[in-house]
Amino acid sequence: MRAGITIFPGINRERDMAIAFRKVTGKPPRMLWHQETDLSGLDLIVIPGGFSFGDYLRAGAMAAHSPIMGAIRRHAERGGYVLGACNGFQILTEAGLLPGALLRNASLRFLSMDCHLRVERTDTVFTGHYQRGQVFRAPLAHGDGNYSADEATLDRLEGEGLVAFRYATEDGHLAPEGNLNGSARAIAGIFSGNLRILGLMPHAEDRVDPLVGGTDGLPLFEGLAAALAA
Amino acid sequence: MTPKVRRSCSDGTTPTGVATMKAIVRVMPKPGVLDPQGKAIARALGHLGFEGIGEVRAGKLIEVELATADAEAARQAAAAMAEALLANTVIESFSVEIA
Repeated sequence: MRAGITIFPGINRERDMAIAFRKVTGKPPRMLWHQETDLSGLDLIVIPGGFSFGDYLRAGAMAAHSPIMGAIRRHAERGGYVLGACNGFQILTEAGLLPGALLRNASLRFLSMDCHLRVERTDTVFTGHYQRGQVFRAPLAHGDGNYSADEATLDRLEGEGLVAFRYATEDGHLAPEGNLNGSARAIAGIFSGNLRILGLMPHAEDRVDPLVGGTDGLPLFEGLAAALAA
Repeated sequence: MTPKVRRSCSDGTTPTGVATMKAIVRVMPKPGVLDPQGKAIARALGHLGFEGIGEVRAGKLIEVELATADAEAARQAAAAMAEALLANTVIESFSVEIA
């Protein structure tokens, strides 16, 4: 698997992503400055977390119109894989590559804590190494993670099986105490219609080493490495 | 001391004499979209002792100076900017005023 990680000014999780990908592929991913437009040879583009362009206007709004996003759009249209985490998810919705939007957390507070994610679908390159219904822990760190879309879009996402992860309690139940940011239908991550783009708010990349609290996030990266092995 | 260079003159022209108009783009959360900021402002106003506070909605006002003397062209340009960037029309609506 050849992965590229995008770097926008204000992004801060690109090294965490690079560590996660190096761990499962044994080689460093390519780092892509936001003004680059040549993504040839890459299977997967990763948009990491952080605060691109200072979250000015709206989280992800500026990055969504940067030169590399045109190239990522073409990559996606060719059937390329894209992963966006946290600010990356916000950027993908702002760019229109994923539906909906991420609003201010319902509590109005910036949240920096662990959440529990329930895996909703496993027949994808992203989630193939999890079990359906499996609950895993991942850190989240965001002020705008409250997933929102109109009812028709939410119904479509659920009807077409495009919800990847939901916020849940530790034992896998959907309950207000598990849905920390107030997301519509407890949605923490969604797929594009062709299942090749995944956006999620929590940071699976920060849970890939026992040294920093566990390896709950590792199956995401191992699954990608196995599915996209070339 | 060098005088500060003014970005525009009061007669609607830049210092070089190019005609300008100002587009005022008002961006608001769409009806039905959760507006936690508005809710928090409403609560805070209540705590301050203001009475009869109904729903409060918080949005943004963005002023864009445009090098044109044609109000309709300015309106169309500002609307295109709002569609493309200034508003996220999934969750926000916008209106344009030309001054």
